[in-house]
Amino acid sequence: MSNSAPVKISAKDVKVFYGDNEALHGISMDVYQNEVISFIGPSGCGKSTFLRCMNRMNDTIEHCRVTGSITLDGRDIHEPSLDVVQLRAQVGMVFQKPNPFPKSIYENIAYGPKLHGLAERKADLDDIVESSLRRAGLWNEVKDRLDQPGTGLSGGQQQRLCIARSIAVSPEVILMDEPCSALDPIATSIIEELIDELKQNFTIVIVTHNMQQAARVSDRTAFFHLGNLIEIGNTNDLFTNPQQKRTEDYITGRYG
Amino acid sequence: MPNSKIGGHYSQAYDEELQQAVVRLLQMAALAQQQLDDAMAAFIGADTELAQQVKDFDRKVNNFEVDISEHCLDILARRQPAASDLRLVLSVLKAINDVERIGDLAKRIAKALLKEEQGNRPQQSQLDEIAVMGQKVRLMLQRALAAFEQIDAENALAVLREDKAIDDDYARIMQHNLSMMMNDARQIAISLQISNVAKALERVGDHARNICEHTIFLSKGRNVAHLSDAELQQVVDKKRD
Repeated sequence: MSNSAPVKISAKDVKVFYGDNEALHGISMDVYQNEVISFIGPSGCGKSTFLRCMNRMNDTIEHCRVTGSITLDGRDIHEPSLDVVQLRAQVGMVFQKPNPFPKSIYENIAYGPKLHGLAERKADLDDIVESSLRRAGLWNEVKDRLDQPGTGLSGGQQQRLCIARSIAVSPEVILMDEPCSALDPIATSIIEELIDELKQNFTIVIVTHNMQQAARVSDRTAFFHLGNLIEIGNTNDLFTNPQQKRTEDYITGRYG
Repeated sequence: MPNSKIGGHYSQAYDEELQQAVVRLLQMAALAQQQLDDAMAAFIGADTELAQQVKDFDRKVNNFEVDISEHCLDILARRQPAASDLRLVLSVLKAINDVERIGDLAKRIAKALLKEEQGNRPQQSQLDEIAVMGQKVRLMLQRALAAFEQIDAENALAVLREDKAIDDDYARIMQHNLSMMMNDARQIAISLQISNVAKALERVGDHARNICEHTIFLSKGRNVAHLSDAELQQVVDKKRD
């Protein structure tokens, strides 16, 4: 699919340093519009670090320095005139552990659109809250208790609440950093199903330790190892016939 | 026989399960080869007792097939194999199908003898010809299985190409049979039996060829079932980056 789709995010020779330590050694890749791409690799391989480059989350880490270029729709995301808050609305993020605000379900979703001035009237805000919760597949479960705390939901519901929250500000890309690792298999299946629906409207980049999950949900998969991008390809090819021995060793559970 | 291409997982139990799939396939194949040898010996030597035994033993080959496919199913369900491991399990599943069919064909050869009318034997020249073809097929099968065991795509391709010679043998035997039947109507019944045996051997060659294709798939990750000879060579020559 991907080759005909427009490039959404393009990274060129991206390096990340924590102090003097080079954690990512020059990553280049394109992410295509409306694809689901998975990053896999052992702990410490740099996959999450690279994910966080895509909406400049690494800016928040002291001593962390990013070099190289990353563009979103052709525009350099490190450009001084670029509004980082706006960037993070365009490139939303869902984390490993569901992290709803300690507020009502309604407020969890409404916060972002209010911050970004996306709704003028209460009715508009209500619409955004409902449509976001619907798209995250949570509406029917919470519509009668929107005033109750988001933290009172189950883990899987909280994670869908966080997805709804990121959808509410109309992002173009959603970054997911191990979104299911704290969830049971049923909640995981629901999120995976959701990812499949969301890709109609969004580009999704997902970091996962669960290789079967990468195999199930993504169009393409990228394998990282020791701060390098070893192999990137169609998920089918990568899981049936990887071209690199290190990829093969990792996905088959061998010591290289 | 542990194959280093199969081992090396963090889980030794997983190594062992994959090895077992191959070991059992080879045991099954050894039995099918024995069946084929016995069937040919019975047919050539008019040994009805041995032919009856081949017929009875076919069940053992079939049992292997069920056992190995269950073993592979367990691996798929419990290990969710990927990449070369996944290809190994799929290749074993396909290969047992071929081996099972080879067992059936051995039975068919044995039955050809059992169906012969008393005292009506093929001519010695016919028997000699079929015996030579049988040897050729038997050797090809053996080498196909060795290539599978070693996961050796180059050898597999070399063996695969031998199928052509077997097809030629088959065509020649059929031609001889045809002229014999035309010359002497009393030869028709027995020549048809010879044809059945030749056809069975030709089919065994096809299954050996399939096993070679599974080996290339296993080694190279490409399904080569319908490729031309030149394309096959290309796939086999391709090295991993």
